[in-house]
Amino acid sequence: MVAYNFIDHKFDVVVVGAGGSGLRAALGCAQAGLKTACISKVFPTRSHTVAAQGGISASLGNMGEDDWRWHMYDTVKGSDWLGDQDAIEYLCRNAPAAVYELEHWGVPFSRNAEGKIYQRAFGGMTRNYGEAPIQRTCAAADRTGHAMLHTMYGQSLANDTEFFIEYFALDLIMDEGVCRGVTAWKLDDGTMHRFQAQLVILATGGYGRAYFSCTSAHTCTGDGNAMVLRAGLPLQDMEFVQFHPTGIYGSGCLITEGARGEGGYLTNSEGERFMERYAPSVKDLAPRDMVSRAMTIEIREGRGVGPNKDHIFLHLDHLDPKILAERLPGISESAKIFAGVDVTKEPIPVLPTVHYNMGGIPTNFYSEVVTREGENPDKVVPGLMAVGEAACVSVHGANRLGSNSLIDLVVFGRSAALRAADTIKPGEKQPELKAHMTDGHLARFDRLRNANGGTPTAALRLEMQKAMQEDAAVFREGHSLESGVKRLQAVHDKRRDVSVADRGLIWNTDLMETLEFDNLIGQAAVTVNGAVNRTESRGAHAREDFADRNDERWMKHTLAWFDDATGKVRIDYRPVHNFTMTNDIAYIPPKARVY
Amino acid sequence: MVQLRLPENSRVKRGKHFSAPAGAKKTKTFRVYRYDPEEPGNPRWDSYEVDVEACGPMILDVLIHIKNTMDPTLAFRRSCREGVCGSCAMNIGGRNTLACTHGWSEVPGRDCAISPLPHMPVIKDLVPDLTLFYAQYASIQPWLQTETPEPQKEWIQSPEDREKLDGLYECILCACCSTSCPSYWWNQEKYLGPAALLHAYRWLIDSRDEATGERLDELEDPFKLYRCHTIMNCAQVCPKGLNPAKAIAEVKKMLVERVV
Repeated sequence: MVAYNFIDHKFDVVVVGAGGSGLRAALGCAQAGLKTACISKVFPTRSHTVAAQGGISASLGNMGEDDWRWHMYDTVKGSDWLGDQDAIEYLCRNAPAAVYELEHWGVPFSRNAEGKIYQRAFGGMTRNYGEAPIQRTCAAADRTGHAMLHTMYGQSLANDTEFFIEYFALDLIMDEGVCRGVTAWKLDDGTMHRFQAQLVILATGGYGRAYFSCTSAHTCTGDGNAMVLRAGLPLQDMEFVQFHPTGIYGSGCLITEGARGEGGYLTNSEGERFMERYAPSVKDLAPRDMVSRAMTIEIREGRGVGPNKDHIFLHLDHLDPKILAERLPGISESAKIFAGVDVTKEPIPVLPTVHYNMGGIPTNFYSEVVTREGENPDKVVPGLMAVGEAACVSVHGANRLGSNSLIDLVVFGRSAALRAADTIKPGEKQPELKAHMTDGHLARFDRLRNANGGTPTAALRLEMQKAMQEDAAVFREGHSLESGVKRLQAVHDKRRDVSVADRGLIWNTDLMETLEFDNLIGQAAVTVNGAVNRTESRGAHAREDFADRNDERWMKHTLAWFDDATGKVRIDYRPVHNFTMTNDIAYIPPKARVY
Repeated sequence: MVQLRLPENSRVKRGKHFSAPAGAKKTKTFRVYRYDPEEPGNPRWDSYEVDVEACGPMILDVLIHIKNTMDPTLAFRRSCREGVCGSCAMNIGGRNTLACTHGWSEVPGRDCAISPLPHMPVIKDLVPDLTLFYAQYASIQPWLQTETPEPQKEWIQSPEDREKLDGLYECILCACCSTSCPSYWWNQEKYLGPAALLHAYRWLIDSRDEATGERLDELEDPFKLYRCHTIMNCAQVCPKGLNPAKAIAEVKKMLVERVV
């Protein structure tokens, strides 16, 4: 192996990722006087938060009475009782303050007639514990994530956050179970970097690109999740993958749930508004897992639209064109570009599309990473935190409600920074890093850089994506999941034969895509293995061979460890927190989840 | 003597040719600018005969198809693939745009040239160095500035005042506009360029912002703002349909209005 020399950096905190949660965490740490670095493989405003459309949930009550307890009830029910209720309470109580903070930073929220933040209806969001749909989702037209991300990047500039942009993070520097930093490859000059820190905060997002068709960006490869797996730590609830009901047929580009929040509805080939049958009270505003299943059933039973009867129509053509222009301009543009549809006249062809990972790195509501150690299911991993889609707090449980992810980003980004300020001191002495802690990082990098097998990365990636798409879909079934496990094992074994054509170090995207593929394959494996193992149906995990939720056996979080050498997955569990954070609300006991 | 040609090491040479796979029905040739900083030699035009029916509809689909099946060494930025992140801005068929929202069928002829955004240093292939562009964006202080103590809840902003931000806040910082502007090509060290100025106006016109005077002071400069000569390339190429030239004109108007 050629010698790689590290350029060393020392910080109090290193945040990996510069999307919504990473920027919020970095900003909070910097404001607390901690020397903070934020490293990202893309320029901050290119992070996938930018693509969030519909809005950010918070019980502001701008459009009528609201209460954070109602929001909490909806989130618990949406999660199909797999969410941890202490964390959900933390989220919902802190949500309004987090939205006001964003507004004070300059987010250009849409306004109601009183000049307050405009809020729209979203799936599963109800008033008075499930009575009727409520308008709780704060929106900046249908570009809320874009507006937030740009504003937060501006705020980071105002606070002199130190960015390391277009650095690709390789691995966590672990020292006897303690995280001491992270290594990274700088794309524009090919140098290797060692970032030492008292605390590493992973804000690396989801891994939608494990699938063939997803709303996620090309960069959503769950790099932080993979680093955690390689560090010998588990991921949690990875079998829960959200399919968004309305990805554009063909391209998979997102059409916000806000489209239905503003009055849009779905129809089948008979022109029937079929959601009325599946969710009589909230109809098209049912949670995403339910709408995606309903659409899949309609298509399966021969009521799909189009020449192949393989998709569904989303109608906005009955809405006032002025409202569409004001509140849904972004998706009107996307529908035109990617489906050739004028939304004022024609329906949009849509299909359930992989969108979000409820699972991720297990954390508590302080955003500290936890693992199971013997009888202790909440052992904190020193020096490591995780936030945003990469984390599994778990506030989304088995199914996330729309607009609960943007609020998750800022509430837990903030919680991570507060905890950092409470637990570490600026400038504290850090132990010396030893070469053996990073030898494996460099060996992996060098092996892949010089990989001269017979299979291009793109071919292996496609094989993985097809297996995931076919065997870990909206509906799952034992045989096909087992076939998925085998297919992914086969891809994992073929990794040895991967070929990388570019040997350079500067902007070598062939190598970067190979590192990303290598990150994805482990996450894909824990996803299908977790899905085979969980013999019940809960939230987004719908087993045809085990159609009911089984609280007695399965009211618990899956923990999955991955052996990178063999591709084998080991599974254990953590209990779901059946308690709240304070006495301001009682534990919400499980019941049948009907809408 | 006037130098009429580029220096020897800057001339773009003819590069490799990749033929279409056997059995391709409909092909189109894409000439792609290639530059590898780690290899000696000039930049070159590689040409790829692509079976476009095997690709999705967009230029980004073509580039990914080339990378996946013909030449994995090709480097370009991409992320959201739906026109909101601004990563894949490049010059396609002579015009700056986003590869992900520009269809290959929109480029006339059998041959399409693809090169990095013009007049920026090239790091590799289609990846330009945007350091200066980002620094200019930061220089206009893109954050809300207020003196009045913050309210407990949100600042009140009427729907009419909020509407003034439409056509401005949607900017994705792709740099298509600035790098299409001849004035920016000539004076990019001193002229802020259309993207940064559009953002400057976005904060000037925000009814919540209380630093209007300071912001205008910063822009009152013969180069930063006044190098805009209303050439209008910015408005022509903006993939989001925004009009930076109009925003710049509004800033100029504000500067005039405050002295009369």
